[in-house]
Amino acid sequence: MSFDLIMAQLFAGVALGAVFVLLSTGLSVIFGMLGVVNFAHGAFFMVGAYAGVFILALTGNFWIALAAVPLLVGAMGLAVERFLVRPLYGRGSDYPLLLTFGLGYVLVEVVRILFGSDGMPFETPELLTGGIDIEGLGYFQTYRLFVIGMTGLLMLCLWLLLERTRYGLIIRAASRDPEIVAVLGVDVRRVFLLVFGLGTGLAALAGLLAAPMRTVNPEMGVTVLIEAFVVTVIGGMGSLLGGAIAGMLVGIVVSLTALFMPEMSTISMFALMALVLLVRPYGLFGRGVLAR
Amino acid sequence: MAETLLQVRDLNAWYGAAHVLQGISLDVGKAEIVALVGRNGAGKTTTVRTIMGLIAKRSGTVLFDGIDLMTRQPYERFALGLGYVPEERRIVPGLTVRENLTLGLLAAHRGAAWEADAIDAIVTRFPRLGERLNQEAVTMSGGEQQMLAIARAMLSQPKMILLDEPSEGIMPALVDEMAELFIELKRGGMSLLLIEQNVELALEISDRAYNLDQGRLVHEGTSAELLADEAIRERYCGLITEHHDGA
Ligand SMILES: Nc1ncnc2c1ncn2[C@@H]1O[C@H](COP(=O)(O)OP(=O)(O)OP(=O)(O)O)[C@@H](O)[C@H]1O
Ligand SMILES: [Mg+2]
Repeated sequence: MSFDLIMAQLFAGVALGAVFVLLSTGLSVIFGMLGVVNFAHGAFFMVGAYAGVFILALTGNFWIALAAVPLLVGAMGLAVERFLVRPLYGRGSDYPLLLTFGLGYVLVEVVRILFGSDGMPFETPELLTGGIDIEGLGYFQTYRLFVIGMTGLLMLCLWLLLERTRYGLIIRAASRDPEIVAVLGVDVRRVFLLVFGLGTGLAALAGLLAAPMRTVNPEMGVTVLIEAFVVTVIGGMGSLLGGAIAGMLVGIVVSLTALFMPEMSTISMFALMALVLLVRPYGLFGRGVLAR
Repeated sequence: MAETLLQVRDLNAWYGAAHVLQGISLDVGKAEIVALVGRNGAGKTTTVRTIMGLIAKRSGTVLFDGIDLMTRQPYERFALGLGYVPEERRIVPGLTVRENLTLGLLAAHRGAAWEADAIDAIVTRFPRLGERLNQEAVTMSGGEQQMLAIARAMLSQPKMILLDEPSEGIMPALVDEMAELFIELKRGGMSLLLIEQNVELALEISDRAYNLDQGRLVHEGTSAELLADEAIRERYCGLITEHHDGA
């Protein structure tokens, strides 16, 4: 097996990991803050990809789609939180879980009715086609480099938002003790709303970025949701850094097993999860106690 | 009594089917310290949580500075000038002392200069906190954490603070310091509703007191009169562990 091939597969793994990172970050902030296990997260990922297809068909411009998709689907997330999830707070975590589970199915069916069941191709934007050949290392596709770069940039922005701004302080405090934040004058319901919107926006962006690397179809969110859960569990529920590291880890492990032991590639990440949980029951960066 | 700031009438609260508060009526005047005492499980915490808007199932009226609070969210009550120091301090883990203090400033929206002054004033008042601004707050001692919880509620200069057992688990020297602070706040025009297990202390620093038992008020009076009347103390409080004789 050649070094070039391993490098190429490692690189593909990092790009795949970047998508996992974006997806699991959304899942993790929503869980960490609202205590909601969002089973519709994969559906928002898929809706993001289709929204991209739609906007691309309309405008012919990938960059417009890139900006519009997270905003549109994020707005959809706001409506979902406000009108569907909010009435269920304080009734136990299985209520929002069942709701989002059902919502996921509804979204898949709606997309199937609107766009059909067949997969759709998603052209790599022209500017990002091709690649870079680095002598002695291998060939790197521009689009994958772009996905990795975008993810890095977004994670940096998110980290700055959480650690360096007032709003981030509110989010961090409210994810630990929402009641205290409320009696100090903050409308916590609005914070919940925005965090849910942010999480769904990230899922949609992940879907759009993943679209050129796989086919777009109504079921694309189903397996990816499981992968996102695995990443979140490995990283530790509610931990941003944990999610980022675990996302990369899972991406690389999946890609490398696909190369060395193709028959094992679907279960390798579960093996990794079992291994991590044996050593660290709350995941790599889990806090141990859950907020509620 | 001075002009009324907080007026509670016929307050009821339930946890599920349990009718925990059964028709509480009380007043707190401007610049007055009012003590709320009673046995464990009497409903003291539930009373202040209901006043703060944290109990879902409740009835009655709560007027604060002439404004009806009952339909308002907890954050709106804070914005109207009602601060709250909950039982067990509730310092937010994972945040530094400075960040915990900043939480107390979020809703004020009065600009960076005002905020810096407010923090400076707190640091001068609580030098212990000043020395530990960048330390994770939950690693401080219980007494320091309690000071932080009070400081956090004071920062936005509320008209009134509800204090739920602030002296619990704190060494006596710090309790005295805290009592001085409360008297100082009162002189500055602030009102306090003080829940205390330490009835002696509560009566010494308060103007008036209410005794709560099994969700009902069973006695009220001026603190001086309660403190003077041994029989009342025995009968209603039954909580006094030590008694200064003529000290
Ligand atoms: N979350 C809850 N669910 C059900 N019952 C509760 C809850 N919180 C308090 N209670 C009950 O309500 C009653 C009043 O409780 P509360 O905490 O207000 O008393 P308290 O006077 O503050 O007591 P303590 O001195 O121990 O702090 C008690 O019988 C208690 O068991
Ligand atoms: Mg209590």
